[in-house]
Amino acid sequence: MKTKHSFQSKVGQLVRDNSVPIMFILICAVCIPLSGFSPSYLLNEIVTRMGRNTFLILCLIIPIIAGLGLNFAMTLGAMAGEIALILVSDWQIWGIPGVVLAMIISIPISILLGLLCGKILNRAKGREMITSYFISFFMNGVYQLVVLYMMGPIIPIVHDSIKLPRGYGIRNTVSLLNMRQAVDNLLAINIGGVKIPVLTFLFIAALCLFLIWFRRTKLGQDMRAVGQNMDVARDAGINVDRTRIVSVLISTVVAGFGMILYLQNMGNISTYSSHSQIGMFSIAALLVGGASVEKASIGNAFLGVTLFHLMFIVAPSAGAQVTGDSMTGEYFRVFVSYGVIAIALVMYEAKKRRAKSNASRLLAEAQKQGKEERA
Amino acid sequence: MEKNSAPLLEMRNIKKDFFGNQVLTDINLTLREGEVLGLVGENGAGKSTLMKILFGMDVIRETGGYEGDILLNGEKVKFSTPFDALEAGIGMVHQEFSLIPGFTATENILLNREPTKTNVISQIFGSRLSTLDRKGMDRRAQDAIEKMGVKIDPHMVIGDMPVGHKQFTEIARELSKEQLKLLILDEPTAVLTEQEAEALLNSIRSMASRGISVIFITHRLHEILAVCDKVVIMRDGYVVKESPAKEIDVPEITHWMVGREVDAVAAPAEPRSHEGAKNILSVRNLWVDMPGETVRNVNLDVKEGEILGIGGLAGQGKLGIPNGIMGLYEAGGTVEFGGKSLPLNTPRACLDASLAFVSEDRRGVGLLLDESLEWNVAFSAMQIHNKFLKNIGGIIKWRDERAIHKVTEQYIEELMIKCTSSRQKARELSGGNQQKICLAKAFALQPKFLFVSEPTRGIDVGAKALVLEALRKFNRENGVTIVVISSELEELRQTCDRIAIVSGGEIAGILPATRAAEEFGMLMVSKVK
Repeated sequence: MKTKHSFQSKVGQLVRDNSVPIMFILICAVCIPLSGFSPSYLLNEIVTRMGRNTFLILCLIIPIIAGLGLNFAMTLGAMAGEIALILVSDWQIWGIPGVVLAMIISIPISILLGLLCGKILNRAKGREMITSYFISFFMNGVYQLVVLYMMGPIIPIVHDSIKLPRGYGIRNTVSLLNMRQAVDNLLAINIGGVKIPVLTFLFIAALCLFLIWFRRTKLGQDMRAVGQNMDVARDAGINVDRTRIVSVLISTVVAGFGMILYLQNMGNISTYSSHSQIGMFSIAALLVGGASVEKASIGNAFLGVTLFHLMFIVAPSAGAQVTGDSMTGEYFRVFVSYGVIAIALVMYEAKKRRAKSNASRLLAEAQKQGKEERA
Repeated sequence: MEKNSAPLLEMRNIKKDFFGNQVLTDINLTLREGEVLGLVGENGAGKSTLMKILFGMDVIRETGGYEGDILLNGEKVKFSTPFDALEAGIGMVHQEFSLIPGFTATENILLNREPTKTNVISQIFGSRLSTLDRKGMDRRAQDAIEKMGVKIDPHMVIGDMPVGHKQFTEIARELSKEQLKLLILDEPTAVLTEQEAEALLNSIRSMASRGISVIFITHRLHEILAVCDKVVIMRDGYVVKESPAKEIDVPEITHWMVGREVDAVAAPAEPRSHEGAKNILSVRNLWVDMPGETVRNVNLDVKEGEILGIGGLAGQGKLGIPNGIMGLYEAGGTVEFGGKSLPLNTPRACLDASLAFVSEDRRGVGLLLDESLEWNVAFSAMQIHNKFLKNIGGIIKWRDERAIHKVTEQYIEELMIKCTSSRQKARELSGGNQQKICLAKAFALQPKFLFVSEPTRGIDVGAKALVLEALRKFNRENGVTIVVISSELEELRQTCDRIAIVSGGEIAGILPATRAAEEFGMLMVSKVK
């Protein structure tokens, strides 16, 4: 009887801890048959989106380890990636060399932005998430200034095809047709009608290996320490501020690479909007995968990208099937991604409070026992 | 342990003042290799300050440094940060845990001192990218745990450990430092069970036999006698007694600790007996989870109309009692007020039942610092009892500014609060006057029962007398029952009718205020754990 009880409570605990992924599995299970898509179509789409988005989601993990929570300022890296791609496409360096060159150019920009962001976040300890969110808004303005006014007069842009008709500034859309899916198609293999972009997955695998290795380094250990208790880490002689800045820096650089991989897959840059929602969607995907504000793993990223994008694919057409209006599904998926983030933030607070009252209860029990021992 | 060479540690004529307030005067201490020194004294005797000086804590430098010399192995040293002290071989285990909750014992023991393996990347980008040598970590942690002589699981996560094991992890961390020569233990047994404390004493003995010197601060006097070679007793910033542990006993230590000569003490002002009065507040089996002031099992009856004092050493739980009953910290047990049961963990219910509380945390919960004195005095009364409100048409309520002004002026006069006007901001007042505002605020509630916690903490002598007089007057004229919680026994003896002494989270005894200071002193350490 007792084992059954503990089994039940274990299952309960499992469900509670993974309530968000379970909810999404249920949503997908309902929506997939309604949407009427074939399994091979769905698989194809998921593999494509996995290649497209996973890199961007993985960049969020290191700041979570370092205790900065969800790094909404990953958009800064995305902006760096976009600027690098605009320059590379103006220089007409296409294909794989173009992608690699863009990555190299994005690094110094990302480092600069990451440094700035890290310094600001060090001044806002305990409120990193809201601060990083607003840094991303602010930097969006700076990005627009650079792209809209400085590209042309200050930063030389040669080709009219990407310049606005007025002679300076960048057009709303920059075509990357000549490097479209350059990485995805090289070494790609086809299994039963499903195209697998092997090289992209190799990139992702390399990043995963880096993350696993990184956790085992001294710096990774310091980040975990800083993430759990800054004061204790400081007392032990760890340079807390520097460690936090490095974590933001790595995240920003990885986000820049991720954005370049994302855009080469899409085949064009929406100059003024590509980056704006990428942070939100990446964070939502990570949370859907079962991560929380203080804990995230590579597994969360993969599960998240699968579930979140599966819902993205099936929701519009399922919505159209049910209500006759495809906008319903479109509305639903945006609504869900914001909702998931809000729920994750609330659950984080609730969990902290529950842990605290649990500690009080344990203390009371310990005292009761201590009393009995003494008696 | 006598040796001819210079002692490991010598402190000569150490003096320290905090902004003119002398807290240490001419402290001389010597400690030889492998010697265990027990440091005892009441709260505020200067033990912690002395240890902070030795450990090079920032707070000492920020408040103007200290006078006198510290010699290590005969050489003069001056530590500007704790890291310098660590470097020189001094380790300290603080009262608060300094551990990473999600790390294992091993990871905590070697925090920021992990052995690493270099690799190609770390050679290019610096040593922080070396990978951790897990096997080396296990080995070194195991060594430290063995040195300590108490078994703890090196792979257990700190968050899952019982409190005692956390304490042992901290000690093991200090022991894992190879240069360690002197270990300071600041009340390490306060959180331990009997068996764990016994294990710790054994471990101190084994450390000493390995040549590590220990400074052991505790309120449990029998532990001092059991393990120390030498006892140093401090009072009011002086070393009042230094003696080999063999030549002293617990009553004598208590005498030196509390030690004020009885004749110097003003007799309590007209102590009264309330034998026949009914119990206005009965507390049964109260526990309170207040960090650092845990209440374990308090049973207490307060008679109607009396002033009851609650005294005891810091950390023994006296502050937890009012904070728990008033619902500011998580508590359990039963509390009856005026014959009716009072729900715990609901501050509002207490206030509704006409209980009031003047907190020891003036700036935190006591005052609205950026508001005027009028607001501070009237706010609670307005919120809770709808006082100072004019009702118009039964729906809209206006503040009665005139009544607020009048009552504030009245208290300013009665309590002699120094301020420019009743509209001055509370932040701009001195500590003593802020304390008086807190009292005025509680008085304005017109409670039947008043808790006053540390009413004279951090205020000067003149203000002290006034505050205590105001309490007495409020008690006599309005018939309000008052419970005063204070670390200063003398102040309780001057103000109260009876004094309860809290020790080890329980009431050790209740005596009339007229009894001798030594009797209270014995009670204070009777159940310390």
